[in-house]
Amino acid sequence: MSVTAAETWRPRATQQGWLSRLFDNKAFLIVMCLAPAIGLLMVFLTYPLGLGVWLAFTDTTIGQRGIYVGLENFEFLFGDPIFWNAIFFSVFYTGVATVGKFGLGLWLALLLNNHLPFKSFLRAIILLPWIVPTVLSAIAFWWIYDPQFSIISWVFIELGLRETNIDFINTAWPARWSLIAANIWRGIPFVAISLLAGLQTISPSLYEAAMLDGATAWQRFRFVTFPMLLPILAIVMTFSIIFTFTDFQLVYAITRGGPVNSTHLLATLAFQRGIPGGQLGEGAAIAVAMIPFLVFATLFSYFALARRKWQQGESND
Amino acid sequence: MATVDIREVRKAFGSTQILHGVSVAIEDGQFVVLVGPSGCGKSTLLRMLAGLENITGGEIAIGERVVNNVPPKDRDIAMVFQNYALYPHMTVFQNMAFSMKLAGAPKDVMEREVQKAARILGLEQLLHRFPRQLSGGQRQRVAMGRAIVRNPQVFLFDEPLSNLDAKLRVQMRSEIKELHQRLKVTTVYVTHDQIEAMTMADLIVVMNHGRIEQAGAPLELYDRPANLFVAGFIGSPAMNMLEGHIADGAFHAAGGVRWPLPPGAPTSGEVIYGIRPEHLHLDPGGLPASIQVIEPTGSETQVLLRIGDASLLGAFRERISGAPGSALPVSPDISLVHLFDKKTGQRIP
Repeated sequence: MSVTAAETWRPRATQQGWLSRLFDNKAFLIVMCLAPAIGLLMVFLTYPLGLGVWLAFTDTTIGQRGIYVGLENFEFLFGDPIFWNAIFFSVFYTGVATVGKFGLGLWLALLLNNHLPFKSFLRAIILLPWIVPTVLSAIAFWWIYDPQFSIISWVFIELGLRETNIDFINTAWPARWSLIAANIWRGIPFVAISLLAGLQTISPSLYEAAMLDGATAWQRFRFVTFPMLLPILAIVMTFSIIFTFTDFQLVYAITRGGPVNSTHLLATLAFQRGIPGGQLGEGAAIAVAMIPFLVFATLFSYFALARRKWQQGESND
Repeated sequence: MATVDIREVRKAFGSTQILHGVSVAIEDGQFVVLVGPSGCGKSTLLRMLAGLENITGGEIAIGERVVNNVPPKDRDIAMVFQNYALYPHMTVFQNMAFSMKLAGAPKDVMEREVQKAARILGLEQLLHRFPRQLSGGQRQRVAMGRAIVRNPQVFLFDEPLSNLDAKLRVQMRSEIKELHQRLKVTTVYVTHDQIEAMTMADLIVVMNHGRIEQAGAPLELYDRPANLFVAGFIGSPAMNMLEGHIADGAFHAAGGVRWPLPPGAPTSGEVIYGIRPEHLHLDPGGLPASIQVIEPTGSETQVLLRIGDASLLGAFRERISGAPGSALPVSPDISLVHLFDKKTGQRIP
């Protein structure tokens, strides 16, 4: 209640300059805010991907601009047993490692979700394999799997359990299992921490309600924990499958695809053919061959696992 | 259905004592409300009854059986949680049938029992919905339905109405009471809302700081509060409390106002004089009071009064108007005055 109207303060109606009017323009703002992101994506993602796909249809080698050869690269690869072997091992590697990672990762997450002493310390430790650069841990595994100096062989021999060193990476199947073990070791933290985050979103009162409803520990997991974890499990699994299928560093650092090409993944084979081998077109074709697998894996986990009616809030009828 | 006997029950988390020896005897079919401010231990006591918390000392018996070491699922109880704790990935039907599914009940029994509970609660149309497609009141009913299908000896409610809006709360309050009258199952209900306690309970247990302040029928607590805490907690608006002393057959409040004493009052001593707002009456020859604030609610008029140095609330059936500061003499209904010992806070006599 002011005494007189003249004393009341009023904001001055200001005339906006052209610059502030421009920045108030919605269309201008949309273009300006999106431009950097689109630019970066185009230059660093779309262009390399497009170039890679294009190279797959040419006979480019290092030092020589190729010409379009249609499906010739793919036709050659279809008759190449090493390529088929790489596909087999990529799928096998991804399949077994994913099962291992999720089995152990879920178990670890469930353990860490309990009240444990030094809980945060344990969680930090769990993350270690993941924060160490992969090449470093790969080199460590290279030593662990070394034919002469393997610490595992040493332990077994010292304990008197074996007479000779274990052959980890010098024959095909042991090498494959060794690589899978290394990949599982590296992948567990990601799975465990992500699933732990998922577990912590589940209200404790649900477990109490289930306990009163007569559920045993296994039934609480089976009917409460697991279904409620499925959506996040699907997302984590999608990522994990993509990372594992396209893995390069572990294999290249430990076995370089050997012995006798038995542990080549598609990524290592593509690199092997394209860069040291110089056959850029063929390497690109191998890389392009990964795309259908990745699309399938993504769609599968997205549609089969992630969409849940109870999360959507829409009618069920 | 069963009696529940809580004998000298104690609870400590580490070195922190939450409950200091609480005893309540609950009769078969009784509706008992545990009420008290936050942190008084009422929810802890309920969770101990449910088996979700260990019992540090004392005994809890359901029926004849001491259940201290009986796991929750074998106690034959059902609980409604404050956040309802409905399984979000199950439909209403699956939520309600979950306990029977775990017990391996045949499909037709499950169907029959769930339909029966759904009819009682008016949930027939919602059985195929997921919890997030329901309103707060509907979720509340599903939580009760889940308890009903268990057909338990004892129902436990942990502040079930505190997530609902005011109107729905009143409605659910009478629904729960009606349900109890229909099923006649022993019920223990925890709330911090004294109105819920007053309207629903057969027996109210008022708790504070891990102790029972008073246990009794709602009107017994209202008419004869055992101490200052209960006097202040039960009744809305809350009781007016005046500090002062007794001399010459009257109560002398600060500011020199002489209040009349109830029959049987002591003849001297430092006391607290309690009078409920609704027990003050307009009386032209009464105490000199002046109006501070008038709050008409329609059915009654609440007036904040100044009497001597004290501010008191009065609730009158009459419609009152008057400028702040104008006189409105009142007198207390002396048969309804409460006196409390100033030191101990206990009721006199």
